Amino acid sequence: MRVPLPWLREYCDPDLDVGGIEERLTMTGTKVEAIHRHGVASTEHFVVGRVLEAGPHPDADRLKVCMVDVGEDDPATIVCGAPNVAGGQTVAVARPGAVMPDGTKLKHAKLRGVVSEGMILAENELEIGSGGEGIMVLDGLLPDSGPRRAGAVPRPGTSLADVLPIAMDVVELEITPNRPDCLGVYGVARELHAATGADLAQAPWSEDVGSQGPVAEASVTVECPDLCPRFTARVFENVTIGPSPTWLKARLSAAGMRTINNVVDITNYAMLLTGQPLHAFDLDRVAGARLTVRRAKEGEQVQTLDGQARTLDGEMVVIDDAEGPTSIAGLMGGARSEVEPDTTRVLLEVATWSGPNIHRSSWALGLRSEASGRFEKGLQPEQCMHAQAIATRLMIELCGADVAPGTIDVGWEAPPAQAIRLREGRVRAILGVAVSVQRQAEILRALDFATEPVKDGLEVSVPALRRDDVTREIDLIEEVARIDGLESLPATLPARRGAAGRLTHAQRVRRAAEDAMVGRGLHEIVGWSFTEPALLDRLRLPAEDAMRRVVALENPLSEGQSIMRPTLLGSLLDAARHNVSRNGPDIAIFESGTVYRASHEGPLADEHHALAVLLSGSLAPRSWRVRPGQADFFAAKALLDALLDRFHLDWSVEPTSWPFLHPGRSAAVLSGGETLGFLGELHPLVAGAWDLERTAAFAIDLGKVAALASPLLAFGAFGPFPALRQDLAVTLPVSVAAGEVLERVRATAGETLDDVSVFDVYTGAQVGEGRRSLALALSFRALDRTLTDEDIAPVRERIVAALGEIGGELRG
Amino acid sequence: MIERIEQLRTQAEGEISRADSSEALEELRVRHLGRRAELPQMLREVAGLAVKERAAVGQAANAARQALETMIQARVAQLAGEELEASLRADRVDVTLPGAPPQTIGRLHVLTATRRELEDIFLGLGFTVMEGPEVETVHYNFDALNHSPTHPARARTDTFYVEGPPGGSDLVLRTHTSPMQVRAMEAHPPPLYVVIPGRVYRPDSDATHTPQFHQIEGLAVDEDITLADLKGTLLEFARAVFGDERDVRLRPHFFPFTEPSVEVDVSCFHCDGKGFLRDGARCYLCKGEGWLEVLGAGEVDPNVYSHVPTTERNAPGYDPEKIQGFAWGLGVERIAMLKHGIPDLRLYYENDLRFLEQF
Repeated sequence: MRVPLPWLREYCDPDLDVGGIEERLTMTGTKVEAIHRHGVASTEHFVVGRVLEAGPHPDADRLKVCMVDVGEDDPATIVCGAPNVAGGQTVAVARPGAVMPDGTKLKHAKLRGVVSEGMILAENELEIGSGGEGIMVLDGLLPDSGPRRAGAVPRPGTSLADVLPIAMDVVELEITPNRPDCLGVYGVARELHAATGADLAQAPWSEDVGSQGPVAEASVTVECPDLCPRFTARVFENVTIGPSPTWLKARLSAAGMRTINNVVDITNYAMLLTGQPLHAFDLDRVAGARLTVRRAKEGEQVQTLDGQARTLDGEMVVIDDAEGPTSIAGLMGGARSEVEPDTTRVLLEVATWSGPNIHRSSWALGLRSEASGRFEKGLQPEQCMHAQAIATRLMIELCGADVAPGTIDVGWEAPPAQAIRLREGRVRAILGVAVSVQRQAEILRALDFATEPVKDGLEVSVPALRRDDVTREIDLIEEVARIDGLESLPATLPARRGAAGRLTHAQRVRRAAEDAMVGRGLHEIVGWSFTEPALLDRLRLPAEDAMRRVVALENPLSEGQSIMRPTLLGSLLDAARHNVSRNGPDIAIFESGTVYRASHEGPLADEHHALAVLLSGSLAPRSWRVRPGQADFFAAKALLDALLDRFHLDWSVEPTSWPFLHPGRSAAVLSGGETLGFLGELHPLVAGAWDLERTAAFAIDLGKVAALASPLLAFGAFGPFPALRQDLAVTLPVSVAAGEVLERVRATAGETLDDVSVFDVYTGAQVGEGRRSLALALSFRALDRTLTDEDIAPVRERIVAALGEIGGELRG
Repeated sequence: MIERIEQLRTQAEGEISRADSSEALEELRVRHLGRRAELPQMLREVAGLAVKERAAVGQAANAARQALETMIQARVAQLAGEELEASLRADRVDVTLPGAPPQTIGRLHVLTATRRELEDIFLGLGFTVMEGPEVETVHYNFDALNHSPTHPARARTDTFYVEGPPGGSDLVLRTHTSPMQVRAMEAHPPPLYVVIPGRVYRPDSDATHTPQFHQIEGLAVDEDITLADLKGTLLEFARAVFGDERDVRLRPHFFPFTEPSVEVDVSCFHCDGKGFLRDGARCYLCKGEGWLEVLGAGEVDPNVYSHVPTTERNAPGYDPEKIQGFAWGLGVERIAMLKHGIPDLRLYYENDLRFLEQF
């Protein structure tokens, strides 16, 4: 909210500059987000002038050459294009050297051959009002440069700043949603009063020139009191529509409102001052002079002021006259009953609407305004009469109107003020610093609370405008703390009482797994949890696939972000495609994150933490010395080795088909009787859908890994004797898996076998059709002695025999 | 004879010291100490000398022979060393060629690195790390956190709802990590000191908002945890992240589930809290304010405790007249942005390697 500082100072004027006011408001809960300079930055070179003579320009029909007395010995020659300029006028003049609000610096300028020594100003050139009426003529408008200022017609040469509000500091405030009472200038003034101790002027609505009681000229019916707790209206007659005075225009402009005409400007002024929006109807255009507030019909169409037809639903509220809807309550008026230049009778509506309902309607219709933004915060019904009082006075003063007797006032009865006990000890217990009862009372009274001392603290009565926000002792403690307490708060640490911080086993496993991949040269990515349903098709998932049991959003931002990812593969592929197109073909990335499936059992979704790796292109940069390997099944498997062996997991793979993997190069990763995930090369059609060449990947459930990984690793004894190493080359049918061979070797070798691995694989004519040769590296070790070839000979024989059973033959 | 021995020794020593190859030394060894050389010959003939002379000549010849052998050995070793050095000097590589095979450097994503850094700071302050579901119930995300039934944050414009059975779903993507406050209190009795890192969601998308982002919730509940304790805890955090000279200030604010609520500012580390730089320019980071807003916090609203049922797991439970505490929620993206000067939130999720390689 933008608050012009002079306006604020009218009600509370602490001995502080704008920076001091900013600091006090910010530190007490009304954050100043920005300070704007409205109007001119420097008032130098802006003076009052008197037009001595306005003659024709020799070379331009639309321009006039004016001789203007600017308080100097000689009059200045100023060329002016405004049609209303005339001799005898007192005007606002910018002299050469003046800097206009838009930053332009004025110079002597030649206009069609005549040198102009300055500029006669229009309102909009000074950011006072919206302009459009030519230059400002000061004689008619003075002496109202402020609502309380009076003065004679100023002499030429007088600094313009002395007679017109041409420069104003404006503070832009963040008002938190619990403080709708601060959506008006006077509410902010009260905060400033509490924050600084400077005097607060009496509320500007405390004297109401209007009267209560029935109104003869119009009637109002409220059919939905749940959505409209209070509806007030006053009738004004003999209204003269015209421009507003300069001070009013200047304040509205500085607050960021457009100026329209005196009646509309008055409604906006009263709103900015009280926080309460108002709406002016031309009473002669309100059919039947009666208004009915009702819920809209489902699908009902209403034409709003901006010319658009809006379709409503049954939870929105419209205001009807005898001929149907005239406006959407709290959001926008209708064109039919708008105030026009010929309006003479005004019905001024000031109503309270249900905040959440207005919030909902305004979002649903995409209609947001200064009024709806206030209503949706939840205003108090008392505020209706604040606004009526302000507006009534100004309607009489500025529009020459007569207020009809009475006030239409539907549906409100003020509840008694709430009383809350504030215990002195409790303030200290919550804050950790003491605030004296006297100071507590002083703060609360400054904020319009009533206080009464009692044995253990204060009995506090809550003002109407704060009744929604302050309902408990803790709320009062906050009021005290924000004005006095927070700034002097010491910095202490909690007692802790034995609490000690630590990571869980699963969290440590997750970190270690990520670190293992980083240590192997992979970059971690962080992808979107959202994905698109089309991903499931691009991954070739059949209709019944478990991964299609997705968590779907009711209100996604777009189709592309409408479901929660059931796999990390999508975000890895997206990141791979992005980087291939920008940074080249070599990709080695992983992601560690949550994946989601709809749950059939629990109330929530199935979420688990997965880690997935994706490799494409070369495994390392090109080198002058070695040819780097290419991403394939075994490159991915080696990384999986590095990861799972980190946790000493007993695991294996089993050829398994996955819809998105190469059917001949894919496997399930198994451990502890569970499937941890998949490993394989992507199906070329899947890789191709992301513009990738050969790509390998794996994904595993880190939750399962954590459950299988022992949190406690036990020591295993080893002796001082060296290992005996032997190689064994054996040919086998290609159908025999290497894993089976290794398993047989382990099973038959007995306990002296320390390790066995495949170090070469050969197929070719030498080993025969349908067969291949595997070279095995064996290492044997005993705890108590150095083993010899003789010790191992029988073991070796057993191994050869066992391999013979699956078609193995020793190679010579 | 003694003179002859000395003469032979002097002559041989001269030749050995002048020898410049191991071959030449071998030749000298044969010439002076070999079977037919004069010195060994004299030694062999010592027996034939008069007893009087025998001892003196034997001693001198033996000493001369040992001296020459030692000298040859030393000279051989010296020459071998020089020859090795020479051959090594000739065996040169271009040390400026890159290492091979190349070792690729992997990195954690800056969000993970930042999250871990923050977790570790709070671990050191005695907080345990907890996690919770991202698909959350309306109850934990809003109701139990003191949001009125009509609170605007519940609107479909502010919260992602999960498709459910016809008639409406009560599942949302959590809009903050705060629902874990009540879950944590349901699972554990006080005293409770936890931080909850995690991913959260709101339907906003522009340069300063992404529909997913990461928070770290903090919650400390005990008999006597004050707002001053919150300030002290966050001061430690601020100094650990942004430097020992940092200060924090608490500004009043509003959140439905804390009371009093505050926003917490850290003194700007770029301009040292002055608001302007050494050259007089306004600090771009804090925009001249001298303070950087880093998180929202407050004392846990008593209404939140009333949503925590007392069970066997958390007995004696959370009675707002007996226990009190603080909570905060901070944005991981925001901290990383401030710390590293990252200009646009969307960079985090684009995963361009040129971004990932930087941290």
